[in-house]
Amino acid sequence: METQWDILVVDDEEVMRESLAAWLREDGYAVDTASSGREAIAKTKIKDYAIYFVDLKMPGGIDGIETMMEIKHLHEDTSIIIITAYATVDTAIAAMKEGAQEYIVKPCNPEEISLLVNRIIKVKNLQRENTILRKKLTQQYSFQDIISKNSKMHDIFQLINEIASLRSTVLIHGESGTGKELIARAIHFSGDRSQKPFVSVSCAALAETLLESELFGHEKGAFTGASSQKKGKFELADEGTIFLDEIGDISTKLQMDLLRVLQEKSFYRVGGSEEVHVDVRVIAATNVNLEDAVREGQFRDDLFYRLNVINIILPPLRERREDIPLLAKNFIERLSHELSKNVADISENALKILLDYDWPGNVRELENAVERAIVTCKGRILTEEDFSFLCHNGKRKNGWHAPTNMTLAEAEKEIIAATIHRTNGNIKEAAIILGIDRSTLYDRIKRYGIER
Amino acid sequence: MTSIAVTSVGDVNEETLEKIQQHLRGALHCETRRILKSPRPEFAFDHKRMQYNSSLIMRDLLHHPCGETTKLLALTEVDLFIPMLSFVFGQAQLNGNIAIVSQARLHQEFYALPPNRDLLFIRTIKEVMHEIGHAYGLIHCINQDCPMSLSTTIQQLDKKGSLYCQNCTALLKESKQSPSLDV
Ligand SMILES: [Zn+2]
Ligand SMILES: [Zn+2]
Repeated sequence: METQWDILVVDDEEVMRESLAAWLREDGYAVDTASSGREAIAKTKIKDYAIYFVDLKMPGGIDGIETMMEIKHLHEDTSIIIITAYATVDTAIAAMKEGAQEYIVKPCNPEEISLLVNRIIKVKNLQRENTILRKKLTQQYSFQDIISKNSKMHDIFQLINEIASLRSTVLIHGESGTGKELIARAIHFSGDRSQKPFVSVSCAALAETLLESELFGHEKGAFTGASSQKKGKFELADEGTIFLDEIGDISTKLQMDLLRVLQEKSFYRVGGSEEVHVDVRVIAATNVNLEDAVREGQFRDDLFYRLNVINIILPPLRERREDIPLLAKNFIERLSHELSKNVADISENALKILLDYDWPGNVRELENAVERAIVTCKGRILTEEDFSFLCHNGKRKNGWHAPTNMTLAEAEKEIIAATIHRTNGNIKEAAIILGIDRSTLYDRIKRYGIER
Repeated sequence: MTSIAVTSVGDVNEETLEKIQQHLRGALHCETRRILKSPRPEFAFDHKRMQYNSSLIMRDLLHHPCGETTKLLALTEVDLFIPMLSFVFGQAQLNGNIAIVSQARLHQEFYALPPNRDLLFIRTIKEVMHEIGHAYGLIHCINQDCPMSLSTTIQQLDKKGSLYCQNCTALLKESKQSPSLDV
C-alpha cells in the first residue's frame, strides 16, 4: 500500500486555492488549504505536509517567501512549490535561493503541474522506502544498543538474554574498544534489575586509595579532605548492577576487598566500622588475559573464579568485518546529525578502505574514524579521500614534504594553527581532526599562543 | 439508487446530449433525464484570459435543486479554466453532485485539424465518464486504458477507453451511492 501524502495549498484567493486543491484531490492526495502565511505556519505545526503550493504574493502579514522560510525552518524535508503570477527571473531566483524546490508561473499547463507533483512524490516514496528498509535492517541486527550480524555476536546476544535476570557475576573479556560496557548495559537493561541503577567504574583511571573510597565510600574524617560521609559506587548500585571496567588493573588489597564483597555481600566504608549490606550484581571487564595474570601471581585466583562465573568473550572488530558497513552507516546517521552535517552515505571505495583496515582500536576506533571523516567531508557522501588518514603507509598527500628544519614543538604549533584555521576556529572539529581531546587542544593553544 | 440529470450550459448539440444519456444508462445502469438548459455563463467570463471560470459555473450549478440522489452533469461548448491552470477539460465535485465537461478542446478544429464528429463524441463520452466518476468518488486510476486515468493532453485522452476498468468498477460498487452496476 502506498503512503498517503498530504499537500497544503496556500493562497489568499479562495477560488484559486479551492480549485487547485480540488484538482489535486482528484489525483488522490489529501489536500488542505490555508488563506494566509500565518495559517499555513499554524497548520504546519500540526501536520507534516509533503508538498506546499505557496503563492508568492499574499497581501498583509507575511509574503510567500517568508512563509516558505518559516515552513522550511519547521519542516526541513518538505518540498515547496512557489506560485508566481508572472515570470520574473528575480523572484524565481530569490525563491530557489531560499529553498523552494520549484516555482511555477500561473496559469500553468495541467501536464506541467501533474508531472511536477508526480516527480516529487516519486522521490519521497523512494526516500521513505529507504528509511524504512534501513530501519528494518538495523532492527534486525540490533540488540539493545549493539549492532551486529556476526554469528558469534548473536550467540552473545542469546547468552545475555538467558543470564540477564540471574545474580551471577559476569566477566567480559575483549580488546579495548570492542564495546564491553555496551554488553554490560545490555545485560543490566534486559534483566529484572533494569529499573534499578547501573553504575560504571573504570578501575584503571584511579589511584588505589581513591578507587577504594570511590568503590566503598568513606566516613567523615577518614582521610585528609574527607569532610563528610560519602557513599561509594557499591552503595549507589544497591539492587542494581555495578560494572567494573579494567578489573585486571586493581591492587592486591582491592582484590581482597572485592572478594569480600562478592562473598559476604557486605563491606566497610573507608574509615568506618559499620558493615554496609548491599545487593549488587557485579559485571567485570578486562582487556588483559586474567588467567595469565593468575598464573603469574598478579591476580588472586579465588577472585578470578568468583568473577568468572559467566564468561563472555567479545570478538575484535577484525574478526567481525561483516559488521563494518552496518556500523559505519549507523555512525554516519547518528554523527552527521550530532555534528549538524549533511553527510548521508559512504562510497563503495571508502567502504573498501574500512574493510581492509585492521582496526586495532576496534568499534571505538571505527566510530572515531567516521566522525573525523564527517568533519572534513565536503559533500553528502564520505569518499576514500575522507579516510586517507587511515592509509598511513600509502601515498603522501599531494606535494607535502615533512619539514626537516624545525623542532617538534614548532611543527606541532604549525599543525594545530593550520587545523584551527581550516575549521574556521571550530575547536571541536579541530580536536577531532587532530585526534586529541578538546582540553588538550585548549592547553596547546594556550601554550603556543595560537590565535583562534 | 442514484440517477443522473443532464443539462447544458450555453448552446450544446441536443443529439450529443441524447447519446450521452444512452451511454450512461448502458454503462452505469442508472436512470437519466434531460433538465432545463442554462444560458451562456457570462458571469464566469474572464476578459483577460478569454475563458470561463469553471469553479464559478460549478458554484452556480449548485443552485439547481435536482434531489440528493441525483448527479448533475453539465455539458458546455465554452472553454473552461481554473485560476492555477491554463485550461481544464472538465471539473467535478469529488464525491459530490456536480460534474461539468467542456467540448471546446475536444473539437479537431481546436488543433487546426478538419472536423470529425465521431471523434468529438468519443472524446466527450470519455471526459463525461471521467468527471461523473469523480462525482461518484473515484480518483485517478493508474490504468491508462481507464477513463479515470488522468489526461492532461488530447493525446492522452485519445489513448484511453470509455468504460471503467475492473478496479474502478469494483470501487464504484463499494460506494453506497453508486448506481447499480451489474458487470
Ligand atoms: Zn480527473
Ligand atoms: Zn480505473
